[in-house]
Amino acid sequence: MSIMEYNGGSVIAMVGKDCVAIASDLRLGVQSLSISSNFQKIFPVTDRVFVGLPGLASDVTTLHEQFRYRVNMYTIKEEREIEPETFAQLVSSTLYERRFGPYFIEPVIAGMQKTPSGSLKPFIAATDLIGCLNFAKDFVVAGTASSKLFGVAEGLWEPDLEAEDLFETISQTLLNAVDRDAFSGWGAVVHLMCFFEGSTHPLAQPRRSSTNRIASPVAP
Amino acid sequence: MDVSFAITGKGYVILAADTTAAHSIIKVKLDEDKIKALGPHLLMAYSGEPGDTVQFAEYIERNIRLYQIRNTYALRPSSAASWIRRVLADSLRSRKPYAVNLLLGGYDTNTHTPHLYWVDYLGTLVEVPFAAHGYGSYFALSLLDRYHDPEAPLEEGLATLKRCIDEVSKRLVVAPGNYKVKVVDKDGVREVEL
Repeated sequence: MSIMEYNGGSVIAMVGKDCVAIASDLRLGVQSLSISSNFQKIFPVTDRVFVGLPGLASDVTTLHEQFRYRVNMYTIKEEREIEPETFAQLVSSTLYERRFGPYFIEPVIAGMQKTPSGSLKPFIAATDLIGCLNFAKDFVVAGTASSKLFGVAEGLWEPDLEAEDLFETISQTLLNAVDRDAFSGWGAVVHLMCFFEGSTHPLAQPRRSSTNRIASPVAP
Repeated sequence: MDVSFAITGKGYVILAADTTAAHSIIKVKLDEDKIKALGPHLLMAYSGEPGDTVQFAEYIERNIRLYQIRNTYALRPSSAASWIRRVLADSLRSRKPYAVNLLLGGYDTNTHTPHLYWVDYLGTLVEVPFAAHGYGSYFALSLLDRYHDPEAPLEEGLATLKRCIDEVSKRLVVAPGNYKVKVVDKDGVREVEL
C-alpha cells in the first residue's frame, strides 16, 4: 500500500490553441472504500491560474492553504497577480522545502501566461512530490489513474485544438481513464481558460474561465 | 472497534456513537459518552486509540471554549472544522501523532444550514451528507446510499439511523450493544433516545 494511492484521485491538464484546460475526478476514498463523491482537487489561484493537487487528501488541504497564503503574500508585496510560470516555481520550492519528509502530492498547474506582446499563451506544468518541474507542450497527468491518462491522452490529443474540441478531448480522456481505475472517478470537473484575440482590452478582459461538471457523482 | 454514524437532514445533524469502552477483548465500561458538545451548535463524535481520544477531545473542547470566551461568539462549524483539521494535520507530522477519527456535526446559525464533516487521524477533512467511522462504516455507508434523504424530517432521520444500527447489530461479529444519539439543530444540541 502506497500513501500516494491511499485516498485515490487523478488530475490532467491540456494545452489547446489560445486555450488551456485542467480536469480532475471528485472521489475521496480510504483505499477501496469511497467516503465522498464531491472532493475538489483543483483550486483557482488567480483569475488565470489553476492548480490541481492529487495525492494524500490531508496534504491536498494543507498545501491548498499553504499556496493560498504564499500567493496572497506575493500579491501584496509585488502589487500584481502571480504569473503561471512563477506560481509553478513557487509550487516547486514549497515542495522541495520538505525534501526529506515530503507532502504526498503531485501538483498540476494550468494557466494563461502573459507574453511580452501583451497577449496570453497557454501554460501547463506538473511536478513530482518533491517539486521536480515538468514543463510540457501538450498535456500533463498525475494521480492514481496517471498511467491510463497517459495512454488515452497520447491517443486523443492533437496540436492546436480549439476550446470546444479541447474540452471534449480532456473530458473524454479523463472519463475513459478513470473508468479503468478503481481509485478514481465518481464524478469529474473541467476548468477551461481561453484567450479571445478580438478583445478590445487584451489585458482587461482577455480571458474567460468556465467550469463544467462533466459527470455528476453517483446520487446517494 | 468503535462504531460511529452521522446523518444530516432538514435543518439538523444526528450523531450516534457506541458507548463501550474496551480494553483488548474486555468491555470495561458500557455507558461511555463519546460525543462531546463543543459549543451551542457543534457536536463532535470521536473514536480511535484509547487515551488519545479523550486527551484530544478535551484539548479541542477547551480551545473552542476559549475562542468563545475571548470573542463572545462561537466559531461557525466550517471554521471549527478547519481548525480541528489543522491540529490533526500538524500532529500527524509530529513525534507522537494523535490517532483520533472524528465526525463533526454543526448547525450554522448565520446561514441556517446543517453541516457534517468527516475527519480522520491523517487530517483529512471532507463535508458529507452522511458519514461513519469504524467497522460500522462498511454496513452503514451502503445502507445510507440507498435510504438517506437530505430533506427528511427528524423522525425519518432517526428511523434511518435505527436501520444502520440494526444492520450493524445483525451482521457485525463485534457489534456494540448500546449507542448514544445526539442531535444538533437551530435549538442547539441535545441527546435523544432511539
